[in-house]
Amino acid sequence: MSKVLMKGNEAVGAAAIEAGCKFFFGYPITPSSEIPEYMSKALPEAGGVFLQAESEIAAINMVYGAAGAGARAMTASSSPGISLKQEGITYAAGAELPCVIVNMMRGGPGLGSIQPSQSDYFQSTRGGGNGDYRTLCYAPASVQEIVDYVMLAFDKADYYRNPVLICADGMIGQMMEAVEFKEPAHIDLPPKDWTTIGTAEKRKPNIINSLYLEAEVLQDHNRDIDKKYKLMEENEVLYEAYGLEDADVVLVSFGTTSRIVKTAMKQAEKKGIKTGIIRPITIWPFPYDVFKNIGNKAKGVLTVEMNLGQMIDDVKIGVSGKLPVYFNGTQGGVVPTPASILEDIEKIAGGTK
Amino acid sequence: MLDKRLVIVTGHYGSGKTEFSVNYAVKMKETHENVSIADLDIVNPYFRSREKREFFEKIGVKIFDSSIKNTAIDIPALPAQMMGVILNPNEKSVLDVGGDPVGARVLARYSGQIKNTEYDMFYVINGNRPETSNVEGSLKYLRMIESTSGLKVTGLINNTHMLKDTKVEDVEFGHELTKKVSWETDIPIRYEAVIKKTAEKINNEEILEKLFPINLYMREEWMS
Repeated sequence: MSKVLMKGNEAVGAAAIEAGCKFFFGYPITPSSEIPEYMSKALPEAGGVFLQAESEIAAINMVYGAAGAGARAMTASSSPGISLKQEGITYAAGAELPCVIVNMMRGGPGLGSIQPSQSDYFQSTRGGGNGDYRTLCYAPASVQEIVDYVMLAFDKADYYRNPVLICADGMIGQMMEAVEFKEPAHIDLPPKDWTTIGTAEKRKPNIINSLYLEAEVLQDHNRDIDKKYKLMEENEVLYEAYGLEDADVVLVSFGTTSRIVKTAMKQAEKKGIKTGIIRPITIWPFPYDVFKNIGNKAKGVLTVEMNLGQMIDDVKIGVSGKLPVYFNGTQGGVVPTPASILEDIEKIAGGTK
Repeated sequence: MLDKRLVIVTGHYGSGKTEFSVNYAVKMKETHENVSIADLDIVNPYFRSREKREFFEKIGVKIFDSSIKNTAIDIPALPAQMMGVILNPNEKSVLDVGGDPVGARVLARYSGQIKNTEYDMFYVINGNRPETSNVEGSLKYLRMIESTSGLKVTGLINNTHMLKDTKVEDVEFGHELTKKVSWETDIPIRYEAVIKKTAEKINNEEILEKLFPINLYMREEWMS
């Protein structure tokens, strides 16, 4: 398929269908409403089921049911709607159910605004629901990456039997860009022999559940699923890094914001300031190790986010106290400008920040 | 230019209506004293012409949008002045309508009055959008928009592009597509909208005849 122009929200739907998603349950919310709109039209044409649930909570629990029957299922929403889904996500993690959840983040807290934001970083990377669980979390920075990582997310969800999050912001959801659908790399997936689709009286019933009343049994279960999280930390870290070895200033940014950062970096280069960038593509697991590649010329690390600095803690763990960490942020739906980032780069490079 | 006083810009969702409307209003200001642009987009929450209010005020183009003064609200509220924009005989007016039939529905509220005035309704085609990449798809949306709005399309705009990477081939592909739509509907092609950088490289006579070079006012510098 040649390149076509798609809005990010449409691309989520198209990529999910391409990846074999057969069930979409959701409830519309700006700025992600085009996802259910697209799915309502395209999914039935692809032999799947679109259902507009009565609420976000109903939608995630329908995903739980479809996943339990072994189907590829997805839900999508925007920040306040994703908050409502947290109970379902932790249940799915506890019951080891594969599913994909897309969050087109908007300003918060509470109802917030309908403008783009990245303020669900804590919720996405620390587990927004209760209990010891983790979710793989991809942060695409373009509509093409939405296509690529939504498709990958379905495979990874099945591979680990765990919910996978796509954490984008409203800007990517609404923005139109050129995309191409490429065949993803083949991943060997284990057979789904745990689903509740009837025993045909040939085996014992499978049970899908996250309730373990005996402490020791639950502890064993926790330790079992922790092995998966350790594997994810080992094998699933994705990032883009550039120019770290001889950078005066290193920038850290994910999603849409990283594109604005790159524009500022090119402007800094014209002024003779060398910059490098670390862009986490998975915000969990976080690419801590790549910070070791920062050269000894660096004067500081600048993290740029559309929130109050939720990634700073992770950046500080990566930097391990070797360099000062600064923050440039916008909140509430305000999008940062290259000019304000350039100003901070100049201050750090010149030693005035 | 031969366009009527009132120009209504419609099209499939994401076809580039707003970018065309903004460029068109700027162009009209060169030859008309009173120019206004009305943002009737009740579908999109982002990238609406109302975000360019300051720019329009600076160049002396009047802009009308939601009666609720906030760019970040998606409530379908339109101000009473909209009727003035539509009916004022001394005003060169551009209506930037939301995408698809759902966006065009807002026009139905004014169609009775619009029918009694001189108007052009443009249908913007972007052949690089999957749903309007062929004649059938383009015709489907055109017919649905006409039936929802109660108004007839009078001109086709070829706006086939690949954003800042638009190549001459994209424009030519869109031209052929728009020509076929024109043949099927007997609606003439009015403009071939092309970003300036690519417009310079076009040598197809048919396209040059109706070439409408545009700037990308709605894309930030960091966007592709």
